[in-house]
Amino acid sequence: MEKIPILKMGKFLLVTIQVDLYDRLALTLEEDLIEMVYKTGSRGVLIDISALSIVDSFMGKIIGNIAGMSSIMDAETVVVGMQPAVAITLIELGLPLAGVHTALNVEKGMALLESRISSDPDDNAADGDD
Amino acid sequence: MITLLMAMIRESLAIQHERDLVYCRNRVKEVAVKMGMGIVNQTKLITATSEIARNMLIYGGGGIVRLEVIIRGKQEGIQLVFEDKGPGIADIQKAMQDGFTTGRTLGMGLPGAKRLVNEFAIQSTLGQGTTVKILKWKNG
Repeated sequence: MEKIPILKMGKFLLVTIQVDLYDRLALTLEEDLIEMVYKTGSRGVLIDISALSIVDSFMGKIIGNIAGMSSIMDAETVVVGMQPAVAITLIELGLPLAGVHTALNVEKGMALLESRISSDPDDNAADGDD
Repeated sequence: MITLLMAMIRESLAIQHERDLVYCRNRVKEVAVKMGMGIVNQTKLITATSEIARNMLIYGGGGIVRLEVIIRGKQEGIQLVFEDKGPGIADIQKAMQDGFTTGRTLGMGLPGAKRLVNEFAIQSTLGQGTTVKILKWKNG
C-alpha cells in the first residue's frame, strides 16, 4: 500500500506531501502520524504542502484532524508552504483552517515549532506568537 | 486556431473510485493550463471539481463528469457537468447551506464549490439522481 513517509527530526516529525492526495492516502497519513507522535513522543508535527496544487474540504478536514489530535497528544502542528492560490481558494471555499498553525516554509515552520515548545511552561506566552 | 482546437474538447470521465477523483482533477488541470487559465482560477475550478465529484462518489454512488470547453462571445471557459443516478437530494436548499451534511463530509462541498465558480446549477430528483453543472471562465 502507498504511504506518505514521515521523517523524525529531533523532537519533531516532518511530512512532505509530494503526491496527489487521494482520500484513503490522507486518512492513512492521519493514522500514521498520530501513531508516530505517540511512539516517538514528538512535540511537533510539520506538514509541508508546497507540492499540493489544491486543498479541498476533505484534505482540510484531515489537516484539522491531525492538528487537533496532535494537540491532545501534547504536540503542535504547523502546515508550511501553502501556495497562494490554494490559500485564496480555501478562504472562498469557507475553510479557514482554524486552529492550524501555518508558516511560509519549512525553515520558518521549524522556528515556530521551536518557539512554541520553548515557551511551553508559561502557558499564556504560547499564544502570543501567531 | 488554438481556440478552435480547444473548442473540440468534449469528454466524459467516470467517477467510481477515489482514484478517479485524482484523475478527474488532473484532467481538468490539463485543460485549464492548455487554455491559459490563471493559477488562481485554475485552483478554484479544480477545488470545486474535487468537492462535487467527491459528493457524487460518496452520496450518489459515483457517476459521470462531462468536461467541455465553452466559448461564449469573447469568453472562453470550462464547463463540467456531474451526473449521478444516486438517491437524489431531498432538500437542495439545505444541501446548499454551509455546514449542512448528512454524512461524513464537512458540509462545505456544494456551497463552497458554488462560490468558486462563475455559474452553478443543481438539479435533483429523488430516486433518480443529481446533476450539477459548473462553469468557470478563463478570466472570470
